Amino acid sequence: MIRDITIGQYYPADSVIHRLDPRTKLVGTLVFIISLFMFRSFAAYGVSVLFLAGVIRASKVPFKFLIRGMKSIMVLLLITVAFNLFMIPGETLVQVWKLKITDEGLYTAIYMAVRLSFLIIGSSIMTLTTTPNQLTDGLEKGLRPLNKVNVPVHEVAMMMSIALRFIPILLEETDKIMKAQTARGADFDEGGLIQKAKGMVPLLVPLFVSAFRRANDLAMAMEARGYHGGEGRTKMRPLHYEKRDRNAYLILVLYLVLMYAAKKLIGV
Amino acid sequence: MSIKLEHVSYIYSQGTAYQKRALDDVSLEIPDGQFVGVIGHTGSGKSTLIQHLNGLIRATDGKIYFGGENIYAEGYSMKKLRSKVGLVFQYPEYQLFEVDVFSDVCFGPKNLGLPKEEVEQRAYEALQQVGLKEKHYKKSPFELSGGQKRRVAIAGILAMQPDVLILDEPTAGLDPKGRDDILDQIALLHKERGITVVLVSHSMEDVAKYVERIIVMDEGKVRYDDTPRNVFEYYKELEEIGLAAPQVTYLMHELKRRGLDVNPSVTTVEEAKRAILAATGEAR
Repeated sequence: MIRDITIGQYYPADSVIHRLDPRTKLVGTLVFIISLFMFRSFAAYGVSVLFLAGVIRASKVPFKFLIRGMKSIMVLLLITVAFNLFMIPGETLVQVWKLKITDEGLYTAIYMAVRLSFLIIGSSIMTLTTTPNQLTDGLEKGLRPLNKVNVPVHEVAMMMSIALRFIPILLEETDKIMKAQTARGADFDEGGLIQKAKGMVPLLVPLFVSAFRRANDLAMAMEARGYHGGEGRTKMRPLHYEKRDRNAYLILVLYLVLMYAAKKLIGV
Repeated sequence: MSIKLEHVSYIYSQGTAYQKRALDDVSLEIPDGQFVGVIGHTGSGKSTLIQHLNGLIRATDGKIYFGGENIYAEGYSMKKLRSKVGLVFQYPEYQLFEVDVFSDVCFGPKNLGLPKEEVEQRAYEALQQVGLKEKHYKKSPFELSGGQKRRVAIAGILAMQPDVLILDEPTAGLDPKGRDDILDQIALLHKERGITVVLVSHSMEDVAKYVERIIVMDEGKVRYDDTPRNVFEYYKELEEIGLAAPQVTYLMHELKRRGLDVNPSVTTVEEAKRAILAATGEAR
């Protein structure tokens, strides 16, 4: 069940997109999302489809794998579409009982659906092709200028990567403790709300104990290796832009130009 | 009650990039009262295998029978199965959660819905069986040493009085004395109460001393399934799958190679001693 969530998961493969600098991917995703909201035109979305298709192809992530992650968002998407469809005033197209669909509502609903699903696909491509560590590295380097105004960028990035690293560990731990208590006859989905809450105690106490123990061990291990924060710290693999990153930025600019042109020339 | 597995396979994360076949067509039977060792390298599927035995993992394929009943049949009570097949996980001390040792051991029998007196009676007996001193009973489990915590956790399962006791690496991380104490206690339980014991380990030394049968797992398959003596005959093959026979086996083979007339298929130090004495006695 927990394993079915693909958002935020990494899909190991060897592709151009995987090899891109994480900063390029972060900026790219941001620009892509902004572009979706800037150009409200079907022609422009046509360009987005082509762009997305190209990126998906280049990333070597199977389309089926990508879509599986969409399923969990489907409900949210449908609710958004329904609200837009029925709530926006305008010229009535169809009316059933008290629900009426207006032309304005229909357009907005379709735009919303397109934007949201593209947004999700776009950002999942980023997380699927970038390991959490690369992402935080990219964030750290990209946000370095903020250091000048006393934002502890390195520390925040370090906390983020530790937090991300701990998610699978704690999930696994939860699974293990749950099994161990089940073996002792515990039942996690029996009884009413209070019963259930009480039933969580045998799970939560060991989980907290183990989280603290692991945090303590990690702190100790980091200190033993001389960790003292970001100052003067160098990287084993410093990020630097390659030729492919320059090309990626060029493609991104081209994409924006095309979107603008598509909206201006075709208009719809 | 016997446990029988028929062509059991299990696949982790089916249909994703992380898909892994953890068990591959495993068929075996564990009769009542046997002391079995399951051995395998890390990732060989031994932990996955034992979690099938009390229904914590549902096989992707195949059937499992407990006492002749199909545990995947509709209406079969997994809760009842788990009260009969006690499973002690690796590092079981991490599952302790109660305010004191005694209440923690009570957790299992309490979940069986037994009356309070019986619960306490069983908890007391279980703590006695694992040899924990009475002065510790009212302490917080977090105040105890590693070995003591491990005993409490094992008592937590014993208090449910299972017919089958499965232990996953019960001696991992313990010092030699703690290891011998725990294994001796388990052996005693097996002898006195006649329960079936399944001992998972990667230490041949531990297993050879106690068990009457060894199941060797490798890449999700059963590689060997025989008495320790016969399994250790394959000591060269065992090395290939990341395991090793007990050191005495190597010693005896070496002695034999150098001309001492001993039977190299002994499995414990005690047996080796007798064999060597006999051989040298003859030589003299």
